[in-house]
Amino acid sequence: MISVYYFGAIALVLIGLYAILVKKNLLKILIGLSIMETGVNLLLISIGYVSGRSAPILSEGIGPSQAVDPIPQALVLTAIVIGVATTAMALSVAMLIYEKYGTLNIEEIRRLRG
Amino acid sequence: MNGITFIEYLIVGLMVVSAILAVEWRDLLAAAVGMAAVSLFASLLFFMLQAPDVAMTEAAIGAALSAAVFIFAIKRTQRFETEEEEKPGWWVRW
Repeated sequence: MISVYYFGAIALVLIGLYAILVKKNLLKILIGLSIMETGVNLLLISIGYVSGRSAPILSEGIGPSQAVDPIPQALVLTAIVIGVATTAMALSVAMLIYEKYGTLNIEEIRRLRG
Repeated sequence: MNGITFIEYLIVGLMVVSAILAVEWRDLLAAAVGMAAVSLFASLLFFMLQAPDVAMTEAAIGAALSAAVFIFAIKRTQRFETEEEEKPGWWVRW
C-alpha cells in the first residue's frame, strides 16, 4: 500500500508543475515553484521515515537503533534554505520587471522585450 | 483506521486542497496566504514524520518569511491577475 505521504508529496509537485506550465502571471508561477519545492522536501523526508521509530535526537533511552534516518533531514534542512533564497531572488527580479515593463503577464513581457 | 492514521489523511487532504486553491485563486494576496497554509500543513506533516528540526525551519521560513516576502512583492506590483472577461478586441491578445 502506498503511503499517504507519498501521495501528498507527489500531488504537491504536480500542482506546482501545473501552475508553472499553465498560469500567465509571474507571481503565480513563483507560487507554483514554491509549492513544488515543498512537495519535494516532503517526499525526501517521507522516504527516510521508518514506522514506529522516534526522532533522531539521542537522549535518555533512545539509541541509534530506535531513530529514523537522519540523513534526509539534514538534506532537506539545506534544501529549504536554498528554496527560500531562490524565491526571494526571483521575486526581486519580478519587481524589477514590473518597474521596467509595467506588467506581470509573461506573454506581454515576451512581446515587449524588443 | 486508528486516530493517528485519520489525522494523517486529514492533514494531507487539507494540504492538497490548499495547494489547489493557492494555484487557482486570482487574488494574489489570497494565493500567498494559501501557499503559507501549504507550508503550515507540510510543517505539521514533518513533525508527524519525526523530523522536529525540519518542522521548525519550515514553519519559520516557509509559512512566515516566504509569505512576508511575497506580500512585499505584491505591494510593489499589482494585486490581481489581469483578466480578460470584458470581451476585448482581437488585438489585445496579439
